[in-house]
Amino acid sequence: MSLAQTLCVALLGLDGHVVTVEVDIADGLPMYSLLGLPDAALSESRDRVRAAMVNCGESWPNRKVTVSLSPAWLPKSGSSFDVAICIALLSAHESIAPEKIREIVFIGELALDGRIRSVRGVLPSLMAAYKSGVRTAVVPAANFEEASLMQDMEIIPMEHLKKILIWLRTGERDCAEQFDLEWQPTDDRLDFADVAGQMQARLAAEIAATGGHHILLIGPPGTGKTMIAERIPTIMPALDIAQALEVTAVHSLAGTFATRSPTSLIAPIVSPHHTTTRVAMVGGGAHAIKPGACSLAHNGVLFIDEAPECPSGVLDSLRQPLEAGTITIARSIGNVTFPAQFLLVLAANPCPCGKFSGRGRNCTCSSQQVRRYLGKLSGPLMDRIDMRVHLDPVGRLDMARNELGESSALIRQRVIAARAIAATRFKSYGWSLNSQIPSRALRTIFKPEPAAMNFLHEELESEHITARGLHKIARVGWTLADLHGHEAPTLADIKLANSLRSGIEQ
Amino acid sequence: MQKISNQRTGAFGEEIVTQYLSANHAEIIERNWRIREGEIDIVALYPNGIFAFVEVKTRSSVAFGHPFEAINRDKARRMQRLALGWLATHGCFGCDYQIDAAAVLIAPDGSHSIEYRANIL
Repeated sequence: MSLAQTLCVALLGLDGHVVTVEVDIADGLPMYSLLGLPDAALSESRDRVRAAMVNCGESWPNRKVTVSLSPAWLPKSGSSFDVAICIALLSAHESIAPEKIREIVFIGELALDGRIRSVRGVLPSLMAAYKSGVRTAVVPAANFEEASLMQDMEIIPMEHLKKILIWLRTGERDCAEQFDLEWQPTDDRLDFADVAGQMQARLAAEIAATGGHHILLIGPPGTGKTMIAERIPTIMPALDIAQALEVTAVHSLAGTFATRSPTSLIAPIVSPHHTTTRVAMVGGGAHAIKPGACSLAHNGVLFIDEAPECPSGVLDSLRQPLEAGTITIARSIGNVTFPAQFLLVLAANPCPCGKFSGRGRNCTCSSQQVRRYLGKLSGPLMDRIDMRVHLDPVGRLDMARNELGESSALIRQRVIAARAIAATRFKSYGWSLNSQIPSRALRTIFKPEPAAMNFLHEELESEHITARGLHKIARVGWTLADLHGHEAPTLADIKLANSLRSGIEQ
Repeated sequence: MQKISNQRTGAFGEEIVTQYLSANHAEIIERNWRIREGEIDIVALYPNGIFAFVEVKTRSSVAFGHPFEAINRDKARRMQRLALGWLATHGCFGCDYQIDAAAVLIAPDGSHSIEYRANIL
């Protein structure tokens, strides 16, 4: 028998297709043809597979080898097919029983000596394989941690081709260690207790973490904008398993596990530099479409420091994902949709020199410069920001105080409790955060108290707020009500929400 | 010296393949047919009326790869041209034909093995 087949997975974005790898060895001159629209890295698999096989003591068939990756119309890329091709080849060469490899997905890149190298996108590949009914997968040992998130599949980590061959021929293999999903305590260095003063910004951060409301922090340098933003994940509740899978799948594609553990249940925080490009922000790429910063921040925090310094268009490219919670990228090789439900935290100086706050002493900017600076944050984007908070320079009093501010653990307890109230309230509606309440529901089922509603209508009539603003204020009001234990937003809640929103004049 | 030795090895291999073909009921028509473009090692006629043009590769070790690996795409195309040339000059243009390849491996102790692949194109 000189025909064999096994399985692998081709990825386009997060969507995977199970690919059948067929190998036929026919009489004829030594030749190797790879069919099924391979890209350059995949075409080079021939030389990797050959060297690895020979260096593991297997013989290379000096015949006409045809490798077909079907479905043939689907473009395939990357080096993750190496192991599957090699195993199918050996099976066609009659050194592995073909029925042993039929329903197994093999993922991994081969080193020339037969070691199996890690590849990107193992988790989304396994998710696709699971969906189409495959229950066993061989993955590179280096990717085992993320692969072990697929708890209903038998995952076999392998670090060397020789070990796979021993396993397929004799059934013997090393026992794999188990990874547990655990709430790993966040980095101890980050805690809200470190932040001196800034009561309003602390409150805004707590509201943001509870209801998923976007915030803009404005203040002169050195007041703690970055400190506060970096500590928001420490007060967010742990991700549930479904959320953790989504986050790890995106990070697996981007290959960012150097900075984030695949089994982490902590909300991610991504802080792209303000010189970032649009593609880096929303995702893209010509050959393989990679997720951008807004997808890496899915279920977590997207923090952009010095937001007005961003090139025009970069921030505005976030408008669509802010509305939809997903981002669809179209390229010639296909359309890819990544999740992008993030909490947007923007930080800005009040003016180019940074000193225009409080009494505005020492500021060297002209009034026109000051106006133009924050004007760079476009109106449509600012309209989507629920809270705009001014941070004043930390005063003598705050620094001299002996007791520290509230710790992250304490704030997180309140956040978790408030989120639980919201989740039970919305149980039958298909959303769970206050920021997700549709505007129609805000005017019908989830109306703030009459007095609060009157206040909002008066503000609307006197053109202090827009219709969209009214809804945004009501949503923040709901979060405040949850935090304060009110049945529905009271006049005080709504007034506080309104003052948080109108932090700066546009 | 080396050149002569290689030629001897080649001739020995061709002799072995000739014997092999005869043993398989093929009629040897011509050996070492040579024109400016190159040479056909063996022209044989099978009992079913198909001409076979055989390229023989003889090696005394596989240190430089399998003998068949020495037949690349250019070599195969040249054999195709030579085969058509032979058929044209012998008044058999339009006859069925095929290109075969044979690998002969000679072990240091003088024993040899033959690998024959029919219709390689």
